[in-house]
Amino acid sequence: MNLFEHVGKFSRFLLLVLSKPEKGKLFFSQIVKEIHKLGINSIGIVVIISLFMGAVITLQTAYNMLNPLLPDYLVGYTTRESMLLEFSSTIVGLILAGKVGSNIASEIGSMRVTEQIDALEIMGINSANHLILPKIVAAIFINPFLYVLSVFVGILGGLSAGYLTGTVPVSEFIYGIQYGFIPYYITYSLIKTAVFAFIITAVPSYYGYYVKGGALEVGKASTKAVVNSSILILLANVILTQILLK
Amino acid sequence: MIRLENVNKSFGDLKVLNDISITFESGKTNLIIGQSGSGKTVLLKSIIGLHDIDNGAIYYNDRNFTELNHKGKKEIRKEMGMVFQGGALFDSLNVEENVSFPLDMFSTMSEKEKNKRVAFCLDRVNIQNANHLFPAEISGGMQKRVAIARAIALNPKYLFCDEPNSGLDPVTAIVIDNLIQEITKEFNITTIINTHDMNSVMEIGEKILFINKGFKAWEGNKDQIFNTENQALNDFVFASDLFKNIKKST
Repeated sequence: MNLFEHVGKFSRFLLLVLSKPEKGKLFFSQIVKEIHKLGINSIGIVVIISLFMGAVITLQTAYNMLNPLLPDYLVGYTTRESMLLEFSSTIVGLILAGKVGSNIASEIGSMRVTEQIDALEIMGINSANHLILPKIVAAIFINPFLYVLSVFVGILGGLSAGYLTGTVPVSEFIYGIQYGFIPYYITYSLIKTAVFAFIITAVPSYYGYYVKGGALEVGKASTKAVVNSSILILLANVILTQILLK
Repeated sequence: MIRLENVNKSFGDLKVLNDISITFESGKTNLIIGQSGSGKTVLLKSIIGLHDIDNGAIYYNDRNFTELNHKGKKEIRKEMGMVFQGGALFDSLNVEENVSFPLDMFSTMSEKEKNKRVAFCLDRVNIQNANHLFPAEISGGMQKRVAIARAIALNPKYLFCDEPNSGLDPVTAIVIDNLIQEITKEFNITTIINTHDMNSVMEIGEKILFINKGFKAWEGNKDQIFNTENQALNDFVFASDLFKNIKKST
């Protein structure tokens, strides 16, 4: 299947997904379940990665600032900008594409090959809408919170690393993270996070939904889902950066 | 009642169903039999609308299913129950939630009424003390019974079963067959069972459609099958020595 066929099929798939849910009450309870499954269960990995990445960014910046004319607070400034602009949105997005994306593709793919999706269709339920829309809505809702958490934890990691290794005084780091702050960058990153959340859920769902065969094909679909959603995140990152920051 | 008129279905150049016409009656267990690859699963999936047919017509009590729009088909689907080969129970829901699922989606019942209906359906298929177990925690036979309970939860007019006793031991298979037949009569459902199990044919075959290479090769009931002159049907039904001997003795 070539790229254009995939685009066409994905568009038709989205039309199915984005239709009105069968029963509002059930839809909202599913959203809550998905928020727990996709968001709350990802807090651990987001915290660990953000903490260490914040620490590494701080140490690398500090050890590469050999010019004595450069002030120490630039380390805090660089850590904040890195976390705020790129790491907490894009890198966390890529990590979640691996964790959440493979989970979604294999879950929906398994439902397809074990005829659970057919069972929904027979009941007169729009299976794509019933299974996938709650995931998309939940991720778009919860991922911005994960982004904010990642920014805070990353900066905390940087502050701790600077303090524990003695490379940056705490007061300088704190001054740095307040220096030249542009609030719009948060808006920019939140928009990116929401778009990435859509990609992370919709693309793996698409691959899982149309899987044919057995366990082997589900595994292949899961791999394709992670690879292609990661590529789409990177592509969307370039496009959104050009649009939102020009 | 479900009536098929000249149903044809192809996949690319491969013609799978050729001019199939038959009437499946309500209150009877209607069986579709045939060798693997003969087209019986495609026929069943065409009847329930999982495959669009190329031409012909499928009537559900005089409603032409093939000509209905999405909304119309959806209404008829609410009158259908389906038991899949592997059960197709939802992995993330326990036994009780699986049976309750169609009620949650389509009924206006209160929680109390729903619980009562779920209890009735589970009791009807002899499932006890398993309400909170998940599909992975129960046996294949129990999964089939839960699937039947889920299929009858909304009082369907039409029940479809795809190989309902495949992978089951002979005793459990008979239990499942008898259960389907009892439910069919009790609720006057039009039941269509897709099978290649000869025990089912002999036990519950009140109306049998034999498909051979995509064509309707024979139509009758379990009593008529012993006297058939149809060579393909004879070769299929009486393939084993056991059934050959049974035929000789009758």
